[in-house]
Amino acid sequence: MNFNGIKSLSLALQSKQISVQELHDIYLTRQQTHAKNLNCLISKTPELAKTQIQSAQALIDSKQANMLTGIPLVHKDLFCTKDHQTSCGSRMLENFIAPYDATVVDNLNKAGMVTMAKANMDEFAMGSSNENSYFGAVKNPWNTHRVPGGSSGGSAALVAAGLAPIATGSDTGGSIRQPAALCGVTGIKPSYGRASRYGMVAFASSLDQAGVFARSAEDCSLVLSSMCSFDEKDSTSTQIAQEDFSQNLNQSIKGIKVGVVTEWMDSLPEDIKKTTFEAIKQLEELGAEIQEVVLPTAHLAVSAYYVIAPAECSSNLSRFDGVRYGYQCENPLDLNDLYVRSRTEGFGDEVKRRIMVGTWALSAGFYDAYYRKAQKIRRLIAQDFSKAFEKIDVIAAPVSPETAFEFNAKKDPVSMYQEDIYTIPSSLAGLPCMSIPIGLVNKLPVGLQLIGHNLQESTILNVAHQYQQATSFHTQIAEGYDA
Amino acid sequence: MLINRKEVEQIAVLAKLSVNESEIEAITASLDSVVTMINHINEVETDNVKPMANPLDAVQRLRVDAVNETSKKDKLLSMASNADEDYYLVPTVVE
Repeated sequence: MNFNGIKSLSLALQSKQISVQELHDIYLTRQQTHAKNLNCLISKTPELAKTQIQSAQALIDSKQANMLTGIPLVHKDLFCTKDHQTSCGSRMLENFIAPYDATVVDNLNKAGMVTMAKANMDEFAMGSSNENSYFGAVKNPWNTHRVPGGSSGGSAALVAAGLAPIATGSDTGGSIRQPAALCGVTGIKPSYGRASRYGMVAFASSLDQAGVFARSAEDCSLVLSSMCSFDEKDSTSTQIAQEDFSQNLNQSIKGIKVGVVTEWMDSLPEDIKKTTFEAIKQLEELGAEIQEVVLPTAHLAVSAYYVIAPAECSSNLSRFDGVRYGYQCENPLDLNDLYVRSRTEGFGDEVKRRIMVGTWALSAGFYDAYYRKAQKIRRLIAQDFSKAFEKIDVIAAPVSPETAFEFNAKKDPVSMYQEDIYTIPSSLAGLPCMSIPIGLVNKLPVGLQLIGHNLQESTILNVAHQYQQATSFHTQIAEGYDA
Repeated sequence: MLINRKEVEQIAVLAKLSVNESEIEAITASLDSVVTMINHINEVETDNVKPMANPLDAVQRLRVDAVNETSKKDKLLSMASNADEDYYLVPTVVE
């Protein structure tokens, strides 16, 4: 099978060149060959897939199908999938069977997609290397001695390895963009509030956003359009009509104003800097006008983020008490022992570290000095972006300061947190942003980050698609895997 | 050190986590390195800046006060490690 995007798969399905079952089986065979070695899946959902294959085929046969009907999909294992394990990469939820579907899952089910499995991830979406999963680290298909990035590392790796054309992910401070960059796939996080957080296990509620991994901006746009919706069940869901994010893809980007943050570019290692400038040059050749922009407060983003995100994490994760659902310790001595041991045994080290940082930041005497202060820095960063977007349409920036690194390379938490220096600022501002592959450095993928103004997903997808029409980096695949 | 061993023990109590003797030094050191990094936020003057709790400055939307879900009691209780027909079961709190 020559994979050439969802549109061509959909055409093959609707013209009966291939059945939904046959398409599913192609990807199932690939998963059987590679998933174990890459450790990119936590569980498979064969019964669900069986039902969805039948209903998708029925829709196709009765000519009621849309572009996504019958297309295989893997969900990051933090999206609740009704009656199936939803572990969030944690021992705490190892045996948790979700009682309902996340709205994102529900939307893609309704579009007729076929859910094949749940993807591995850093525990509770906390991490930039996938080494924090209770189920073991995911390996990068480009070099299995190296990390796939995180936290949506399983989703990125499986799309890179061709084990499904689409995977969902979530991004709190870079968890879609960084693994997309490190695995050489396209990944998008929409504006905060676009995709419902209902049924997505919470980490930091003012930052968490669902998104998509695919092999192209076009495929991302098709899935994102169905995935995003206003949702009564999420009180921070943005109340606007559903949008077709693919509508502007084919517009020329002639005259579009692309901002480049000089400070970020200067801080890159030479080989990544060169590749990133080449991609920006390509945008210029397509007619974009390149301008320098400054984000004066962005250098404080990681520091502010590591107050806000852990504070929200400590609050959200206080629900895990060992009583109502999730892991419970054996033979508790009393109620406090039940709480403490269930949490201590059920959470991994990084999750516990962030709970403790958050508890500290919210505790008496520190709230104003740290939590409120960080929220003020957050506003300054958001204002920096708003000011920049008065003059430009899109920011083109690095995704990560390095390519995929080796396992156990980051010994201390702070060096791992610095992986997200270019992705966290736009997360704090709630902006739509994505990563697209722009080439290889030492045989490892490099990504370009495109950041748009609030609700301007169509603009960044347009730029990404035009870049991908003129280049072929997004079609590159690691040796040993199928397209 | 911006954070010491005693403070770490107190935070663990508040967070309902236990820290054993063999880990306490390493945990204190790692939390201290995180707090040192966090401290950079104090480099900028923010006296007249309004804190931002939501990236869109959106106000919490309230739903209509109407019944919109039926009871899922049995399903939810079945997810607990320990429950009877109507209650979650925990170790005795009051003798």
